[in-house]
Amino acid sequence: MQKIAELMQAKAIELLESGKAEKVLAWRAGEFFYDNAPAAFSNVDACKEIVYNEFCPANLAKYLIEATKQQKKTAVFLKPCDTYGVNQLLKDNRIKREYFYAVGTPCSGMLDEKKMKALGAKAILAVTCEGDKIIVETAYGTKEFAKEDVLLDKCIMCKGNKYKIADEELGEKLETPKFTGDKFAAVKAIEAMPEEERFAFWQAELSKCIRCNACRDICPACSCEQCIFDNQDAPVAGKAAADDVEEQLFHLIRAYHVAGRCVGCGECARVCPQGVKLGLLNLKFIKDINEFYGAYQAGADATTPSPLVSYKDNDPEAEEALQRRG
Amino acid sequence: MLKITLDNLPKLLASLSELGELQVPCENKGGKVDFEKWNVEKRPRFDITLTSKSAKDLFFPQVEDLLAFKTEGKNLSIEQIPPSNKQVILMGVRACDIRSFELLDKVFLKEPVDTYYKARRENTLIIGMACSEPEETCFCGSFGINPTAPCGDVTTWLVGEELYWQANSEAGKEFTEKVAELLEQAEASQVEAQQAATKAVLAQMPLANFKVAAKIPQDELKTFNSKIWEEISAGCLSCCTCTYVCPTCHCYDIRDYAVSDNHTERYRCWDSCMASDFTKMAHGNPRKTKVERFRQRYMHKLVYFPNNNEGNFACVGCGRCLQKCPVNLNIVKVAKALEVSEDV
Repeated sequence: MQKIAELMQAKAIELLESGKAEKVLAWRAGEFFYDNAPAAFSNVDACKEIVYNEFCPANLAKYLIEATKQQKKTAVFLKPCDTYGVNQLLKDNRIKREYFYAVGTPCSGMLDEKKMKALGAKAILAVTCEGDKIIVETAYGTKEFAKEDVLLDKCIMCKGNKYKIADEELGEKLETPKFTGDKFAAVKAIEAMPEEERFAFWQAELSKCIRCNACRDICPACSCEQCIFDNQDAPVAGKAAADDVEEQLFHLIRAYHVAGRCVGCGECARVCPQGVKLGLLNLKFIKDINEFYGAYQAGADATTPSPLVSYKDNDPEAEEALQRRG
Repeated sequence: MLKITLDNLPKLLASLSELGELQVPCENKGGKVDFEKWNVEKRPRFDITLTSKSAKDLFFPQVEDLLAFKTEGKNLSIEQIPPSNKQVILMGVRACDIRSFELLDKVFLKEPVDTYYKARRENTLIIGMACSEPEETCFCGSFGINPTAPCGDVTTWLVGEELYWQANSEAGKEFTEKVAELLEQAEASQVEAQQAATKAVLAQMPLANFKVAAKIPQDELKTFNSKIWEEISAGCLSCCTCTYVCPTCHCYDIRDYAVSDNHTERYRCWDSCMASDFTKMAHGNPRKTKVERFRQRYMHKLVYFPNNNEGNFACVGCGRCLQKCPVNLNIVKVAKALEVSEDV
């Protein structure tokens, strides 16, 4: 990954110097090896601070909204999965193609330091990746993990190494995590629950929510100028779970609103400080859309209309959907 | 010093729970470790250094009802929700979180005193627990906090198969009397050995020598006008995670909730300087942009609060914002950027 970081630094400098971009969106190193943060670079000298390693999970696509508002040509490094979010933002008319330059950036799957901690690696000081072996140095000794055990959840069901939008690609494509299971298995297990159990499951999940709104703020499909939950005139607060109904409503309304536009990037679940299984809710909608209207992947391109905003003669009627719900 | 073997810990917990509502770090339904009301079915997780959320919720809950308005014809009645008189025993609190209570006291116990906060504070007995396995994100030492000897009414140390116990305050000593039959006399040598070992681990942590005080420029106006705010905040999502998991963030909003046509409840809820409606008033919003709101958070913690509170920063170095920010922005990065910035 170090090689890729060097390529990124050189590319950023080249784009800034040639005037192809006024600023570059990338990641900057932090205090530890794992806390790289999204950052904008407009100064050539600062580009040496660009980092890239197995701890750059954040999708930079959403920062392009700001770039479009500023009408500043912005270069952005995009991992293959990030490109889906960019296409969706284009489709939703939230970003304009003329204001960004997309650089495809290889990825072999991001790692999750929280999983390492849950597996007993307290006080992590350094991480070395040797293929599928992850060696973690901690203040209390060295630990070794298999990559699949500490892969970030959203990378388990990786969409592959192809960029769905890119002006150019950096370096060689890397091999991405292979997923051979059924990506809807967890959804099916919940569907199979008796209604009361299912209700209890979601109630337990959603009651963990502290309404920080991080899921909304990171989501490439949540791009309203002003969120309906930030409405001062509403009788409920968008920043507190004032009662059970409200916290459930927030997540249900959000899930409905992004249905058909959710690219399944898994960022909502990644950023949740409370570990709410938000990805499952979105997967349920993706599964239903696939079943009712045929296989559809939001963000695969910037033009195909979502099944929920287009009409076909053979679309199922509401009755049929209700019956299938059981 | 006293002690109890871990075999007997359930007995101690049962006794404590008879003296008040016992809150200990437990795994909740969602798999997170947070302070929860203990019962025999729950296993305390004293092995976890930091709870997911801070312990401030126990004194300053995220949502709290204050008043109820009811109308009947032309009559209006106002009902005040009385402050809680529940006795609570808060066990397993780390030194950083205990310091946060002292900082919150400076806000809520100053005139005008917050009666809701005061009642909870007075009715809660705090049993601190020393840290023995600090995380790399810990930097309480930056604020002079000793994680191996937390304050509180009682301090405890978990060493091997024993829990060491030392009463500090009068309330703590009285309380200890009530469970004395479960505790036996002990030497402090095991505790001292653990303290030395923990300090040795802390010394090799990445933030061992990080001192916030050394990072903050003297010139307040220059700090305010620094260009670092725009640079660092560029990546901020404006979510409320940092403020909600922070043990010292204490802003709140007061709102009305219409239960029905003739019944309204007034409640307060945590506010966040990251929220777009933060400090929005009738005339508009004095902080319209993300940069201004982001700056407010750190100016408050690093400049305004210490200016008004004998130099105390509004941070205890628990490291929760370092662990939880979705895009890895936090107070350490801000302080370091302020230090090296040429324009402050």
